[in-house]
Amino acid sequence: MSEPCRPEELMISAIAGLLDDAAHIAVGVLSPIPGSAALLARARTGARVSIIGSTVPEFRTDGGVDLFDAAGQGRIDAFFLSGGQIDGAANINLTGIGDYPGMDVRWSGAFGSAYLYFQVPKVILFRDEHSRRTLVDKVDFVSAPGVSEKGVYRPGGPHGLVTALCVMLFDRKAGRFTLQSIHPGHSLEEVRDNTGFDFDCPEHVAQTRMPDAEALGVIRGEVAAAIANPYPGFARRMFAV
Amino acid sequence: MADTEFFADADALARAIPDGAKLAVFKDCGVPMETARALVRRKARGLHLVTVPTGGMIADLLIAARCVDSIETAGVSLGEFGPARAFARAVKSGQIEIRDTTCPAIYSGLQAGEKGIPFMPMRGLIGSDILKARTDYALIGNPFAQNDPIVAVPAIRPDIALIHVALADRSGNLWVGRQSEQKIMAHAAHRTFATAEKIVDDNLLENEQLAAAGLSSLYVSAIAPAPGGAWPLDMPGHYGTDRRHMKDYARVSGNDDAFTAYLAEHVLKKPAAAE
Repeated sequence: MSEPCRPEELMISAIAGLLDDAAHIAVGVLSPIPGSAALLARARTGARVSIIGSTVPEFRTDGGVDLFDAAGQGRIDAFFLSGGQIDGAANINLTGIGDYPGMDVRWSGAFGSAYLYFQVPKVILFRDEHSRRTLVDKVDFVSAPGVSEKGVYRPGGPHGLVTALCVMLFDRKAGRFTLQSIHPGHSLEEVRDNTGFDFDCPEHVAQTRMPDAEALGVIRGEVAAAIANPYPGFARRMFAV
Repeated sequence: MADTEFFADADALARAIPDGAKLAVFKDCGVPMETARALVRRKARGLHLVTVPTGGMIADLLIAARCVDSIETAGVSLGEFGPARAFARAVKSGQIEIRDTTCPAIYSGLQAGEKGIPFMPMRGLIGSDILKARTDYALIGNPFAQNDPIVAVPAIRPDIALIHVALADRSGNLWVGRQSEQKIMAHAAHRTFATAEKIVDDNLLENEQLAAAGLSSLYVSAIAPAPGGAWPLDMPGHYGTDRRHMKDYARVSGNDDAFTAYLAEHVLKKPAAAE
């Protein structure tokens, strides 16, 4: 009997479930769980996966410019972003808390978000910590906006949000999240209590599907081996590889 | 005839970098860490960093050692090793001026710089607080379409592009490998100062295999040998990241006493010659 599914593995599986139709998935920095999800999707669908920071790039030979130019042309179907804060309109804040620029808390910065959020059709937001600290009514600083005014060129944008508690999908027209599924062992009350923004909720909320034995086998085998290249520390902690 | 100047080591190279210079530094795989340590040793002051496009230990170290007045960056982080605490603290306290942006805007600015044109249009950014903060960026209209606003990023012309490469030759040419962003940096900058793992006699650009990833001496002002010059960061084909050292650095970043001890042990002492 194999080890039971761990929370990280459930999130990897949940994110991969949103990637079925993506032919080219790119993964940014500091993204071991989305990276693993992309590799799980690759094992299922044969999608191309490009991971920044991996020394085995699958298409980039021309340095970092490649990624942004490819996204500009629509050659990347899915990407992942996170935020120190994410709000109900899918605005993300990677910059800090308080008044800019001398903020009370200063984070790393926007990285590619203020561009890729506009360009990549399916951006999946990932934030492990599901709390009123991270999921706020309104971000302190908009590193990248969730929606844009009419007339702004924007083929891309937020598709969904995966956290330690649930999966939400984003409606770009309404500019709001809808709860899609709750992870096993968690409740709607728990999601509501820990979410700082208002979201839509269907009458009956599904439970996030657990990865089956086959999926767990792929995650712990093929995915673990591949994610160790860009994220050796994560691979060692999670999968002992 | 190349007029590239050859220096004995990174310290001699760093002495040729003036205080107050605007330096472009690359994000990974070829980070000129030994030159950064040499800048700390020579007590460089008032530097303006442009990270290409993000910064890591090199920015954090130079900021912590008080060499830096301002930074233009898409983000500074120690990656898997944690936050760049000295950077965050310096931004919060106002010790350095921050010019936040997003990765492709750095490339766009450098590309305008290398082409000798005043700006480059780019997608994205509209509606972000980054655009609000960057009063030097402009929102313009696409001249070839109706109602298509687009951001204009001004050209970036660093005084010096600071890079570390695997190979240099006696004619002043460099081989940058996969890191072709280093070519953009060098083209855009007024001068390029490079340290190299190895300096060879044969002209790199006469080799068909190497020339495509080569950078002509036309752009290269100064070269110094620095084997291990990217340590503790990785240099593909030569050495990997010194993970234990990076973990140690992540612990001292942002902690004055620990950082002072770190400087004494790893930076202020000149490295042994052929280490």
